[in-house]
Amino acid sequence: MTKTRFWAIILLLVGVSIGYFNYYSEVNPQWSFYRPFKLGLDLSGGSRLTYEADVSKLNPADVADAMSSLREVIERRVNVFGVSEPLVQTESSAMSGTVQNRLVVELPGVTDVKEAAKMIAATPQLEFRVLKPGVTPETASSSDFIATGLTGRFLKRSQVSFNENSLSPSISIEFNAEGAKLFAEITKANINKPVAILLDNQIISAPNVREEIRDGKAEISGQFTVEEAKNLVRDLNLGALPVPVKLASTQVVGATLGSEAAKKGVEAGLIGLLIIAVFMITWYRLPGLVAVVSLTIYTMIMLAIFKLMPVTLTAAGMAGFILSIGIAVDANVLIFERMREELLDGKGLGDAVREGFHRAWSSIRDSNLSGIISSVILFWFGTSMIKGFALTLALGIIVSMFTAITVTRTLLLALGFRNRVGITKFLFGSAFFKH
Amino acid sequence: MHIVKYRRIFFTGSLILIGVALYSLFSYGLNLGSDFTGGTVMEIEYQNARPEMSVLKTSVDALKLPSISILPIGEKGLLLKAKTISDTEKDSINLALSQNGKSLFAEKRFSEVGPTLGKELSRKGLIAIVLVVLLIIIFIAIAFRRVSAHRMASWKYGIAAIVALVHDITISSGAMALFGHFYGAEADALFLTALLTILALSVNDTIVVFDRIRENLNRHSSNSFAEVAGISINETYIRSINTTLTIILTLVCLFMFGPESTRFFSAVLLVGMVVGTYSSIFVASNLLVEWEAWQRGKAIAKAKR
Repeated sequence: MTKTRFWAIILLLVGVSIGYFNYYSEVNPQWSFYRPFKLGLDLSGGSRLTYEADVSKLNPADVADAMSSLREVIERRVNVFGVSEPLVQTESSAMSGTVQNRLVVELPGVTDVKEAAKMIAATPQLEFRVLKPGVTPETASSSDFIATGLTGRFLKRSQVSFNENSLSPSISIEFNAEGAKLFAEITKANINKPVAILLDNQIISAPNVREEIRDGKAEISGQFTVEEAKNLVRDLNLGALPVPVKLASTQVVGATLGSEAAKKGVEAGLIGLLIIAVFMITWYRLPGLVAVVSLTIYTMIMLAIFKLMPVTLTAAGMAGFILSIGIAVDANVLIFERMREELLDGKGLGDAVREGFHRAWSSIRDSNLSGIISSVILFWFGTSMIKGFALTLALGIIVSMFTAITVTRTLLLALGFRNRVGITKFLFGSAFFKH
Repeated sequence: MHIVKYRRIFFTGSLILIGVALYSLFSYGLNLGSDFTGGTVMEIEYQNARPEMSVLKTSVDALKLPSISILPIGEKGLLLKAKTISDTEKDSINLALSQNGKSLFAEKRFSEVGPTLGKELSRKGLIAIVLVVLLIIIFIAIAFRRVSAHRMASWKYGIAAIVALVHDITISSGAMALFGHFYGAEADALFLTALLTILALSVNDTIVVFDRIRENLNRHSSNSFAEVAGISINETYIRSINTTLTIILTLVCLFMFGPESTRFFSAVLLVGMVVGTYSSIFVASNLLVEWEAWQRGKAIAKAKR
């Protein structure tokens, strides 16, 4: 008995500390364990773009490499948006022999999807611009430069080079024949004037032209780190995306709709929990109360798992979790009904509790097994939305086996009622059935 | 015992429900979502009053885009559906909906699914259903491999459980067709998820009742099969109702207070859970009783000849 009580207190303390963790890791960004919930786009608002990659012209052996460099290229472009926690991932799915390669881009908070889509699928833009006629270099601002038509399209190759004196990295580029001709014309017309070199519409440098350059070679010396220079060179050399992509699906959820959904989901969960608590306590009395305590511990553990794994919460995921709260008490209902039968058979309280747990086990196992089977299949077939549901449901079923059985049992036995007299009899009775 | 005695009434109830379900499935059909069919769905909310629907409809129809439709939502909201559209088409739709900028609105959600993606999802969905059904049949077979008494072979329990499942799924799908017809609910990927969850959850109650029948057949070997089935149902129905009740309570909360996007999902699950409990208490075991009685009648007729 002492041992059971010891464990019961440990379980309660663990439950309380997990609850404490869940709260402080949400509200206190200074805390070293700050781990807020990760909300899916449908709850936080934002857009999700799915691209189909056309790999038909590639050697099958190169597809994986091409896809990962595609991912890198696009990830870098997405970072330009300054979106917090963007997600870029590749997906492949084999259906009836043909493999579909996809790229999924998630941009939390971005709802202007047209702009986003344009920037994502664009190639890195290298451009050379010259001053408008009549503007002196001294007074020139960035808007005084006009396009020359010389762009990254005419690039033959680029590479990182290092300045001999300062050892700082710069990028040397070489144009193809057509580009070299254009470059020669531009430099000839702009001797002693600056030519601006732009990358993605940003002026990287604007060196003065000293003479006509005929060999089609130029050097861009900006304030690059070695890493940046290398990345730029790779982007430029890739020119276009390594694999042509086509937008296959777009999902945009406005921020208000998202936060409204999140709020409603939490509300539904809390009300559900409350109603179940009322039901369990009125119907099963003391064991019901114990079940509610276990259910609270269950909820705490699940929330902590969502934070730590982390599980990205979507509306469907929340639905799965709320449903799992209902399923989690199921095991306790099975056990308590069995307990009631054992009590009716004239068994002592302790025996009835032990028997109840023992004999309900096969039903609990069976019912949870079929739930897990379905979850696994849903997870396999699902879109991200369904995956969220399947994951929270499966996690819920597994965790609830622990809380509804081990935790409830320990707490119930720790209460240590020995006899079926008076108050004990009432507390363990079922409200609607007289024994 | 009443449950067994009046089993014909319960069968009739089930048949009526299945009839309604099949009727709505065949006459209304499922309102398949863009997840499966591909296409565009856009939900907007006007800042001020929504322009007259008839006016909006005229300007939207003037765009001459294939299968474009608009639906009012609440007081200021609007739902637009169309085939996949280009950027310029999107711009012209925005112009039409704002009446050339006169009625400003905010885009609440926009979703566009290409046709290949939709096709793939419906295919995967079908495979998933087949797989779940197969696994659950295997699951039932394993659960009942040792039940065999009163001339009722174990596979007959399996068949009865599967009939109960088909019953649940048919009625839930019928409910979805009705929701689609009357409330514009879309049978999307979440609907499929709901069906698979119903499959998983509703088979359990049936198994528990059958399990009890098996236990009681040994204990009360002198009683008839119908009597044993009656006792078993009596012993388990509170538990069946209570376990489902906790799930139903959470689903009701989700339906009433939860997010818009999971509203019909919880509604279908709710129907599925209620019907699933009904079938495990009133249909599955009664089917066995009926089957056993029919077998016995045949045996007696044979003996007389």
